[in-house]
Amino acid sequence: MLALLLADAPALPLDEAGKYVAGAYVVFVVLLVIYVSIMASKVARIERELKEVASFAEQRKAEEKEEVSA
Amino acid sequence: MTPSRAAFAAILGKELRSELRTLQSLPAMALFAITTFVIFRFGLDRTQLSGSLASGVLWATLLFAAVLGINRLFVAEREEGGFDAIRLAPIDRSVLFTAKVAALMVYLLALELIAVPVFALFFLGSATALLPLVSVLLLADFGLAATGTLISSMAVNSRARDLLVPLVLLPLIVPLMIAATGATEPLLALGGPGYHRFGTWLIVLGLYDLIFGLVGYAVFDFLLED
Amino acid sequence: MYGKGLRPLSIATVAMLALSLSLVFFYAPLDADQGFIQKIFYLHVPLAITALVGFIVGGVFAIAHLRSGNAKWDAYSYVSIHISVIFGVAVLVTGAIWAKASWGHWWVWDEPTLVSFLIVFLLYCTYYPFRYAIEDRDRQARYASVFAVTAGAFVPLNFMAVRMAQSLVHPRVFATSTGGLPGSMMLVFLCSLAAMALLWLTLVKFELAAKSASGQVKRLRRALDAPGSGASSRIAPEVS
Repeated sequence: MLALLLADAPALPLDEAGKYVAGAYVVFVVLLVIYVSIMASKVARIERELKEVASFAEQRKAEEKEEVSA
Repeated sequence: MTPSRAAFAAILGKELRSELRTLQSLPAMALFAITTFVIFRFGLDRTQLSGSLASGVLWATLLFAAVLGINRLFVAEREEGGFDAIRLAPIDRSVLFTAKVAALMVYLLALELIAVPVFALFFLGSATALLPLVSVLLLADFGLAATGTLISSMAVNSRARDLLVPLVLLPLIVPLMIAATGATEPLLALGGPGYHRFGTWLIVLGLYDLIFGLVGYAVFDFLLED
Repeated sequence: MYGKGLRPLSIATVAMLALSLSLVFFYAPLDADQGFIQKIFYLHVPLAITALVGFIVGGVFAIAHLRSGNAKWDAYSYVSIHISVIFGVAVLVTGAIWAKASWGHWWVWDEPTLVSFLIVFLLYCTYYPFRYAIEDRDRQARYASVFAVTAGAFVPLNFMAVRMAQSLVHPRVFATSTGGLPGSMMLVFLCSLAAMALLWLTLVKFELAAKSASGQVKRLRRALDAPGSGASSRIAPEVS
C-alpha cells in the first residue's frame, strides 16, 4: 500500500535531485583521485629507490676504477 | 573395498572415535547453543517464539555453534602430522575432504539432536514442525559441512585461525542461511506448520550443497600441496 | 611489460568516459518516475556490473594459477579482486545516495541487488586479512586462489538466493531491469558500461605496471648486491 503510494509520488524537484546526482558523481571522482594519489606515492617510492640503486652502482663503478688504476 | 573407500572409512572412523574419546567439540557446541537460547530469551524478552523470529534465533544459534566445531576440525591433523600422512598415502587426497565433511555432518546432526528439542521446549508451543524441519536441517548441514571443511582446512595453517574461520565463513554461508530460514519460517508459524515456498528453498539448499561440495572436492588437492 | 599499451588504453578510457558522461547529461531522456535522480543509474549499475565481472575474472585467473603454478596468475587475480573491491566501495556509496534520494533512507533492505552486492563485497573484503594470515608466500598464493575460485562460484548463487528472499508482494525500488529500458537509455547505459569496463582494465594494468616496476627495482638491487630491501608488502604478490 505504502509502496504503491511512493511509486506514484512525484520525483524530487530538479534542484534537490541535482544535489544527489552530483554527489554520486563527486564520490566517483574522489575515489578515482584517491586511487591516483596512492599510486603516485608508490611511483615516488620507486623513483627514490631507483635513485639509491643508481648511485650505489655508480659508486661501485668508481671504486672498481680506483682499484684497477691503483 | 577400493583404497579410497577404505581410506574414507578409516579417516571418518578415526575422527569419530577420537571425538568420542576426548569429547572436545560436541559438548561445547551443545552447551553453547543452549546457553545462547537462554541469552536470546532475555535479550528479546520473549518466552514464546514463532515465525521469522523463531527461525532466526534457531539458525543463528546453530550457525555460531557450528563455527566452534569447525574451528577445531583440522587441529589434530595439523598438530600430529595428519596432512603429511595423507600426502604420502597412495590415495586420492580429496578423500580427506569427504571424510572430514562426513565427520562434521555427524557433529552437526548430533548438535541438532540436542539443541533443536531444547529450542522447541524453550520457545515453541508444539513439536509438530520438528519432523519437516529435519529435511531442512539435513540439507543445510551438508552445505555448512562442505563450506566449513574447506575454510577450516585453509585457516588451520594460518595465524589467527580462530578469527579467520568466522570471518571468511559467514559471508559464504549467507545464501544457505537465507534458504534455511526461508524454509523454516513458515514451519514455525503460530498457527501451525506452513509450507510456503518450502520446495523452492529446499532446491536452493540442494544447489548450494552441490556447488560447494563440488568446489571443495575439486580444490582440496591444491590445499594439500606442500 | 605491463606499461606497454597502457597509454592508448587510458586514452580510450578517458574518451569513453567523456562520451558517456555527455550522453548521460545531454542526450539521455528524463525518466518518468524518478526524474533527474535516475541519472545515478548510469553510474551505479555499470560500476556494479564491472565489479562483479571483475570478481569472476579474479576467480578465472585463480584457476589458471592453480593449474599452472605460475605466480603471475596470482598477481593478476589479486589485482583484479583489489580493483573490483575499490569499485565495490563506489557501488555501495552511489547506491546509498540513490536510495536516499529515492526513498529517503541511506540504506534499504528491499533492493535485492544492492543487498547481494553488499554480501559479495563483505566476502571479498575478507580476502585481505585471509592472505595476511598465511605467512608462507607460496601457500598464501595457493590458498588465495582457492578463496578466489570459491568466492567466484559464490557470486551468482548469492544473487539468486537474495532475490528469492524478497517478498513477492513488495515492489522493486529501483526497477532497474534493463529489459524495460527504451532504446536511447539503453545506448547511454551501454556506453557507460563500456567506459567503466575500460576504466577497470586501465586501473588493473596500471597497478600491475607499478608492481612490476617495483619488482624490477628489487631485482636490480639483488643483482648489484645493493643494501636495503625496501618496503615489502606481506600480501600483495610480487610481479617481475
